[in-house]
Amino acid sequence: MGNVLVWAIWILAAGGCLVSGLAVITFTNPFYSALALIGNLGSLAVLFLLASAEFLAAAQVLVYAGAVMVMFLFVIAYLGDRSPGSLAGGPSWISLAAIVAAAALLIEVVVVIGLKAGDGLADEATVERAFGSPEEIGRLFLTDHLLAFEITSIVLLIAAVGGVVLGTRSRAEDEEELARARA
Amino acid sequence: MHGPDISWYLVVSAILFSIGTAGVLLRRSPLIVLLSLEIMLNSANLALIAFARLHGGHDGQIFALAVMAVAASEVVVGLGLIVAIARKRLDLDVDRLRVLRG
Repeated sequence: MGNVLVWAIWILAAGGCLVSGLAVITFTNPFYSALALIGNLGSLAVLFLLASAEFLAAAQVLVYAGAVMVMFLFVIAYLGDRSPGSLAGGPSWISLAAIVAAAALLIEVVVVIGLKAGDGLADEATVERAFGSPEEIGRLFLTDHLLAFEITSIVLLIAAVGGVVLGTRSRAEDEEELARARA
Repeated sequence: MHGPDISWYLVVSAILFSIGTAGVLLRRSPLIVLLSLEIMLNSANLALIAFARLHGGHDGQIFALAVMAVAASEVVVGLGLIVAIARKRLDLDVDRLRVLRG
């Protein structure tokens, strides 16, 4: 019984993931695309839970579906209808080539998974209950993966500084604006 | 409690990755290109977590967390660039943005 339930939830989450992923790239209104991406990230969090990655599922919902997507929605609201909604411009063979490239990538990956790892994927390691818990992840971040942890913090700091530099108006820009207003 | 095999997770991850690729190649708006990039990064995260579950080690999950942090930084810089482009009153169209000079 529990088995059937796990499968049902998994199929729901995986289906939701794929449908909302397709919705992100097909909606013409960027606002709807961003909302679809929130659904995509939410169903991915369910898949993470089923793969016993509890802390990552929580981080996914907090960091991605929460913080990052709110920023996206703010920028979309700020830009209004200035971003082009339609699909790629140019001749239709470019769109066709794009779809063929994506499909080729998919087939390659699936074939390689089937060839190289077909049998080995069936026997999962048995894990204890604490697998993927915040306690375990936190302990590893402060012991084995301390360098990665520190580098991550520096990357985030640099990104924050870069965001501020890109976001501030330069004095030349201000004067240009003023001159345009006077003229 | 026994759910689907790891191979099913990998197949979902591969399909999501190619959806993201199609989005990056098909759409003109830099905003949607960024959203599609998020899909690609998240599908890679799903594969990492599935392999971590397969081997029973935590390294894949740690890597996935690092990917999340890098993705957040990438979104900050990308959205900053988009806002800067919009303030210059240029078209928000990746086919037309060919010149790097501001």
